Amino acid sequence: MSQEQDHQDHKEIDAVTGTATTGHDWDGIRELNTPLPRWWLWTFYACIVWAVGYWVVYPAWPLLTNSTQGLTAWHARSAVVADLEELKVQRGPMMAKLSSASVAEIVADPQLADFARAVGRPAFGDNCAPCHGAGGGGGKGYPNLNDDDWLWGGKLDAIEQTIRHGARSGDKDDHEGNMPAFGRDGILKAKEISAVADHVRSLSGLATEKGEDLALGKKVFADNCALCHGPEGKGNRELGAPNLTDKIWLYGSDKATIMQGVQNGRGGVMPAWQGRLSEPTIKALTVYVYSFGGGEK
Amino acid sequence: MANAPAPQKTMTLGEGGLALTMGGLALLTIVIAAKAYTSEYAFHAYLFSAASIAAVFAIINRYYSRPAEKPPLFIDGKPNYNMGPVKFSTVAAMIWGIAGFTVGLIIALQLAFPALNLDLPWTSFGRMRPLHTSAVIFAFGGNVLIATSFYVVQRTSRARLAGDLAPWFVVLGYNFFILIAGTGYLLGITQGKEYAEPEWYSDLWLTIVWVTYLLVFLATLWRRTEPHIYVANWFYLAFIVTIAVLHLGNNAAVPVSIFSPKSYIVWSGVQDAMVQWWYGHNAVGFFLTAGFLAIMYYFIPKRADRPVYSYRLSIIHFWSLIFLYIWAGPHHLHYTALPDWAQTLGMTFSIMLWMPSWGGMINGIMTLSGAWDKLRTDPVLRMMVVSVAFYGMSTFEGPMMSVKIVNSLSHYTDWTIGHVHSGALGWVGYISFGAIYCLVPWLWNKPLYSLKLVNWHFWLSTIGIVFYITAMWVSGILQGLMWRAYTDLGFLEYSFVETVEAMHPFYIIRALGGLLFLSGALLMAWNLWKTVNTAESAAPAGLALAPAE
Repeated sequence: MSQEQDHQDHKEIDAVTGTATTGHDWDGIRELNTPLPRWWLWTFYACIVWAVGYWVVYPAWPLLTNSTQGLTAWHARSAVVADLEELKVQRGPMMAKLSSASVAEIVADPQLADFARAVGRPAFGDNCAPCHGAGGGGGKGYPNLNDDDWLWGGKLDAIEQTIRHGARSGDKDDHEGNMPAFGRDGILKAKEISAVADHVRSLSGLATEKGEDLALGKKVFADNCALCHGPEGKGNRELGAPNLTDKIWLYGSDKATIMQGVQNGRGGVMPAWQGRLSEPTIKALTVYVYSFGGGEK
Repeated sequence: MANAPAPQKTMTLGEGGLALTMGGLALLTIVIAAKAYTSEYAFHAYLFSAASIAAVFAIINRYYSRPAEKPPLFIDGKPNYNMGPVKFSTVAAMIWGIAGFTVGLIIALQLAFPALNLDLPWTSFGRMRPLHTSAVIFAFGGNVLIATSFYVVQRTSRARLAGDLAPWFVVLGYNFFILIAGTGYLLGITQGKEYAEPEWYSDLWLTIVWVTYLLVFLATLWRRTEPHIYVANWFYLAFIVTIAVLHLGNNAAVPVSIFSPKSYIVWSGVQDAMVQWWYGHNAVGFFLTAGFLAIMYYFIPKRADRPVYSYRLSIIHFWSLIFLYIWAGPHHLHYTALPDWAQTLGMTFSIMLWMPSWGGMINGIMTLSGAWDKLRTDPVLRMMVVSVAFYGMSTFEGPMMSVKIVNSLSHYTDWTIGHVHSGALGWVGYISFGAIYCLVPWLWNKPLYSLKLVNWHFWLSTIGIVFYITAMWVSGILQGLMWRAYTDLGFLEYSFVETVEAMHPFYIIRALGGLLFLSGALLMAWNLWKTVNTAESAAPAGLALAPAE
């Protein structure tokens, strides 16, 4: 008796489905001999036909030095180039204007200013927001760009200059000026630092610590700080020295933070963007930042 | 033992040879540890030597405590199955599974709250992510595959597992590979290939283990006493053979030195990308699909006590699946430097793969014809059937996402993550849970402690999966739309960081889904622990699902 016949003998009809089994049995598992579901088979065929059709139309099979090109000779690279060209055409006239106009001219032309802000918004998000925050709100050590307090100037030209060359960035035209580490470098004693911190707080009307020698603080300030921050503490934009008399604090207004600054110095870095971003993008960013609300005439 | 008369007891060639090899490996790795370029690598070398010395002791100890004769292949005409390695892998799967799900939850939370990176290199997302993927795929999934394949091949071949030490070498060696891989990720040792992160020395070790696995499996099939090879074994064999080929191809690398963990892949540029995704996609196709289809083909008909729906369908869908899957990898590289023709082939073969995949789904689900009522009463069977439903859903979603126009929206977004997890949590997770719920009572010959807890597990994790994949669908599509949104003036509407911000609520929902899934797995572990550790007499009778002989 052949094996095939042997199986024939074991074949039985499954009572539930009325389908014959194959006669095999593994550890109690049997198999029905159900035919392939028609819808399944035809869908499978349809997928194969669709695939073959796709091969006819698009590049598909590798040859020795190239591949079959398909009826369309479609190419992902040329499709991207075409898309970018289309975008260039759409942006074209306005982009040309943005490239040739100065930032002052851009702001003066409402339509061009709108356009500049449309360019500036995603550029700000991708390049500036990591430090200055998505809305330009800033953070500890990173200036808020929405207010009218500017370290290096808030006029259009000044903003553009800062974006182009940065602050303490190493660029040859960058903003320079560091707050020295008065404590660490032994210029001031702990007592003097504590006193001057309270004096600085008093400049903007904040409460001072009881028993602190404010006269000493005032003297220390005059001898050491006034050179950059001005005799009245109004700051100096040439050196990026903040105004100490307003309510806006870059690192914080509590005494410990102020003492920390006097002890170790400060000198936040902003990178230079010229060369990294395109010329129209830099102009657009200038206009965008200017339009946050703090821009100066 | 010294007094025991055992005149015929001699050490087998396998015992002696393996003990000597392991002793040699211990010496070699001690030298490597002493001269290693980095302390992390020295640590791994010491792990190797410690494991090798332990292996030598274990072999000698086993030799002294074993009877003189080899275990018989048959006892009273019934196969004398070797279930020790199966038990080990089952327990390992459960432990690694919980570890892997936990790390998954942690990194899901890290994405929502980056402070949870803890600012430590070892706990940063970049190291924890491969720890999660490898733990769930290779540690959990791999142990489930080894356990079930060793179980199924014995029972459907009516033959004892081939080899004496070899099956133990496979399960212990494989788990040692996982230990090396996992600790390596945390220490920063990686070759940077997704799902193939372990460095050259771990890859070499895995190759030895895997070839042994193949030989044990083949030799067991060879000594079968059934005339035909059962369909589950076709799938297991396809899985084992293809993974070996993929592993060798993708990890072809030149080490800097035997004393350095670093190596360089021989492929470069777009060719490396293509080899990587040929590997990556077929890790899905052969590890996470073919292997788990094998599990389905044994455990669903067994649990439902119904014949497999269609023998013909199993043949056609097996061969079409095997033939088509291997081509589909390029769909991971749409719109990249990969030539257009390769992208076309990747996409069209993915579309043709749709029905072969669904053939498995049909065979799994339709096997229940005549036994649908069991879904109400048996949560284990329900878990496995829902698993097959998830399989059907993700094997429709996959080909759809491979279509270039869809891919241009979905690629690089969370949609991909959602797709992977509907396959991983729904299909792979559930079929594994179902198989383990069957296996543990069978292996330890005790009734399952509580079906009610299985029911809780089912519902907790089902809600978890639904949270997870819907959150990822919404966030993925939202992300894709935000990335491509242009203003009327022809500029991007959103910066990248705004799209990241928009994902935040969905990341929290996803983490919640993960928490539910993990909770279900913890219930399962408790349930299985009680199953194994409950005295037989105390357990309620009648719930036991004794293996049919």
